[in-house]
Amino acid sequence: MSGQDFLRRMPEASRDLRRRGSIWTRLHIDPPLLFLLLALTVYGLVVLYSASGENRNFLERQAVIFLLGYAALFVVAQVRLNTLVRWSPWLWAFGVGLLLLVMFFGVGAKGAQRWLSVGGLRFQPAEVMKIALPVVVAGYLSQRHLPPRFKHVFWTLILVFTPTLLILQQPDLGTALLIAFSGLAVLFLAGLRWFYIVGALTLALGSIYPMWEYVLRDYQRQRILTLLNPEADKLGAGWNIIQSKTAIGSGGLSGKGWMQGTQSHLDFLPEGHTDFIIAVLAEEFGLFGVLALIGIYLLIIGRGLTIALNAQDTFGRLLAGSITLTLFVYVFVNMGMVAGLLPVVGVPLPLVSYGGTAMLTLMIGFGLLMAIATQQRRLTI
Amino acid sequence: MSEPLQLKDHSSEARIFATRVWFIALFVIAMMGLLIFRYHNLQVVHYQDYATQSDRNRIHVQPIPPTRGLIYDRNGVLLAENRASYTLSLTKELVPDLDATLELLATLVDVSPGDLDKFEKSLDQRRRPFEAVPLRYQLTEEEIARLAVNEYRLEGVEVEAQLVRHYPFGELFAHSIGYVGRINDRELAAFNEDEYERYRGTFSIGKLGLERRYEDVLLGRVGYQNVETNARGRVLKELERSDPRPGQDLHLYMDAAVQKAAIEALGDRRGAVVAIDARSGGVIAIASTPSFDPNLFVTGISYDDYRELNESINTPLFDRALQGQYPPGSTLKPMLGLAGLQKGFVTPDTTIHDIGYFRLPGDTRHYRDHISWGHGESVDLEEAITESCNTFYYDLVHRMTIDHIHPFGSQFGLGQRTGVDLPGERPGIWPSRQWKREARGFAWYPGDTLNVGVGQGFVLVTPLQLAVMTATLASRGERRQPQLVQRMMQSGENGVVALPPIDSVVAKEEHWNYVLNAMEQVVHGAKGTARTINKGIQYRMGGKTGTAQIVAMAQDEKYDIELVEHRKRDQALFVGFAPVDDPRIAVAVIVENGAHGSTAAAPVARLVIDSYFASERARETKFTGQAISSGCRVEGDCDNGRRIVEPVTF
Repeated sequence: MSGQDFLRRMPEASRDLRRRGSIWTRLHIDPPLLFLLLALTVYGLVVLYSASGENRNFLERQAVIFLLGYAALFVVAQVRLNTLVRWSPWLWAFGVGLLLLVMFFGVGAKGAQRWLSVGGLRFQPAEVMKIALPVVVAGYLSQRHLPPRFKHVFWTLILVFTPTLLILQQPDLGTALLIAFSGLAVLFLAGLRWFYIVGALTLALGSIYPMWEYVLRDYQRQRILTLLNPEADKLGAGWNIIQSKTAIGSGGLSGKGWMQGTQSHLDFLPEGHTDFIIAVLAEEFGLFGVLALIGIYLLIIGRGLTIALNAQDTFGRLLAGSITLTLFVYVFVNMGMVAGLLPVVGVPLPLVSYGGTAMLTLMIGFGLLMAIATQQRRLTI
Repeated sequence: MSEPLQLKDHSSEARIFATRVWFIALFVIAMMGLLIFRYHNLQVVHYQDYATQSDRNRIHVQPIPPTRGLIYDRNGVLLAENRASYTLSLTKELVPDLDATLELLATLVDVSPGDLDKFEKSLDQRRRPFEAVPLRYQLTEEEIARLAVNEYRLEGVEVEAQLVRHYPFGELFAHSIGYVGRINDRELAAFNEDEYERYRGTFSIGKLGLERRYEDVLLGRVGYQNVETNARGRVLKELERSDPRPGQDLHLYMDAAVQKAAIEALGDRRGAVVAIDARSGGVIAIASTPSFDPNLFVTGISYDDYRELNESINTPLFDRALQGQYPPGSTLKPMLGLAGLQKGFVTPDTTIHDIGYFRLPGDTRHYRDHISWGHGESVDLEEAITESCNTFYYDLVHRMTIDHIHPFGSQFGLGQRTGVDLPGERPGIWPSRQWKREARGFAWYPGDTLNVGVGQGFVLVTPLQLAVMTATLASRGERRQPQLVQRMMQSGENGVVALPPIDSVVAKEEHWNYVLNAMEQVVHGAKGTARTINKGIQYRMGGKTGTAQIVAMAQDEKYDIELVEHRKRDQALFVGFAPVDDPRIAVAVIVENGAHGSTAAAPVARLVIDSYFASERARETKFTGQAISSGCRVEGDCDNGRRIVEPVTF
């Protein structure tokens, strides 16, 4: 039995389950995905406790955010996909509106305006866009004939690059790229012709020089230069990369042991509990710990892609595919940058890094995956 | 939705989607493979490099300086101790902005321009990387508190407790014990590898006196600790430690009370006193005035203070006892008399008629006595000593010639370094025919011998040499090398420093008796030149005064004390010993421009010897069980200065 045969049979099998109306289906929960997420959550909390310098406050706050995240996941999983498609244009408009507000009323730090403060609560509107954009693009394209024609591609690009440019000017290159990616991923999954893809890649390569010269800011250029040669500025910009590579490398095969990481516990590693937490994990649990983490991520991605393949309609397929692919990009970019493969951009390690809104966004994404996995949906046409 | 309605081909869409998903799956696996390859590369292939780098990040080897050995006098009185002192220092490599930090520090603690100057100089000097450079010593409690409050703004700044050498008696022992000072770049450059290691963590080195002479013994052996530090250089814990071995303590023959008496007796006059234990050769007191406070040098003397000391007309930095070379004047007479007796040029019955001067045959030059009308008709050797008759000696040494005088005098150590355990000793001059030919390029004239006979002319001695000569006389010919350090072990009696062999001067018992009796008469006789010091004396003392000219007087010029500038006044000398029948202490005193040995120098010797016997009585009392209470001053009563202070970092 080939892999494809196996996957083709999967929908029948799950339909049978659903007809019987298992408790999980009625709760709109996908048990394998939930189990994998819980495993990742526990692993993440274990690493975070050490990375935060055995700080119980951090741990408790992160646990509370996780509880909120699982609640959000559960709520989102109940959302009817039809409703979501109907509301998607408004969701997009709402997101773009918030981004415009940030432009004028935003607060921030280190020269970037990324936050909105409402009644003492601060949040990043870009996070809303992380969910809204794939939903609206999937909604838009699922109602068109696929593979998309030039006209639809054009409107899709408008949908994608409006928020992207707004986020880029905050400036937040990392988030802008991720959001653009989540929208373009839908386009790719919708069957965008290779002609467009190759053309776009050619264009992208051709624009590297003008981007470098006119678009990138000094600090962004510095990050790329630092990536290429961290030794050039050992105590400045190169410090983070040198220290994170040292942390990872000194972990060896089996690591220094939980709470025994010297690089993190002695403060050599900056941002050890947020963006650079993989370095703490790699230092304390070694390559085995890294492989275990990658394994969990691969299983989650595999499950996400399975859900996409088994989805009842095009919207579900496209959205599930985009969410899964975006998760992968988070993982790859974060692990790549900490290991010195990619420039340092502000991308957290999903469900492991400390931090509120980014994690809530992810959990909402997983909630959508659960909704797609468990909802029967009438065909639109 | 204006476009023409097209039926969606759901199966085609699903097929296209499945293809794309499989494409993505392969892409994801490939990229994850790349990540795994990267992490494998870091964690397995280059594991050793990064593990080393990680250890180098956190583990630092810190030297633990040994505690410098203490110095005690013969009664256990502490003469050099180590005191905890809080030092503010900066590690240049850890300070983000040196100028800003210095500016901030200036608002928190009192930093003088001199401190800054020294700090910048040490920064420029050859330095170990990551070695803290001191900026201020002896912080006050208040300054430490202010620094602690502002610690978060002061990266790379440390307050450390250090043991700093302290000399509780200040200028009393400045020349003899000397002082330690900061290792300067010249000394650092001269270190070999071994010394460079030994002085890790140690900032000072003996510069003068015993501190320099016994540097190796006092220093001890450096210890090490491996410490774990965080990214900001703060020490978090100690991983491994090898303890330092403290330097050995020195126990001296010196007696703080006698030294004090000597310095006080000299007062504000320029001069030197050396007191030697006639039985052992141990130096009981060795003083030079004016003196200075050695504590000024320990943490680095300020430029102004140093200039004042260095440029003073009274040359306080000059150690007169060891390096001052003076004409001995008549203090040579007992030794010369003994030479005459022993060599048969004079007997107790020999007399001369002193008319106030001596003339060499065939020469018109008058070699004058200090009494212009002479000492009378029949002057014998005893009288020549007690009343210091020059004319008698002119006759004697003329007959003896330098060829007999030189070897005899050499036996008393004249013209040679005594070998005392202090650096920088000068040898003086004990002239001979050969010496004059080589040093001056002239033949020896009979007149030269006459000058030697009254301790003038070419003869130069140090006060220490005079004391050794006197001790040799007092002990009837047993010359010992003078020595300051008696014991060096931390405890027990095993560390007694063996004294070098005795050099014996051979003379007949009756001759010793004769000369020593004459010296007793100097002090106790009715006509003795030093008879003024015998008032209320409790013991029998022998001695000899000396008065040495600085400028040669022209012939027949009347010597008038009033007309001569103070600086051209005669040097006043005195040598003495006591008690006469069992000599235990020999003393040499010189008072520069004191004019008369009898009035300026002899009373000093009396005071010194008095204090020595007082000290001896106190020791006897102590040893017979009557405790003396002097707090921590006495060895063993408490561990003053011995404690190790852990560096405080906050």
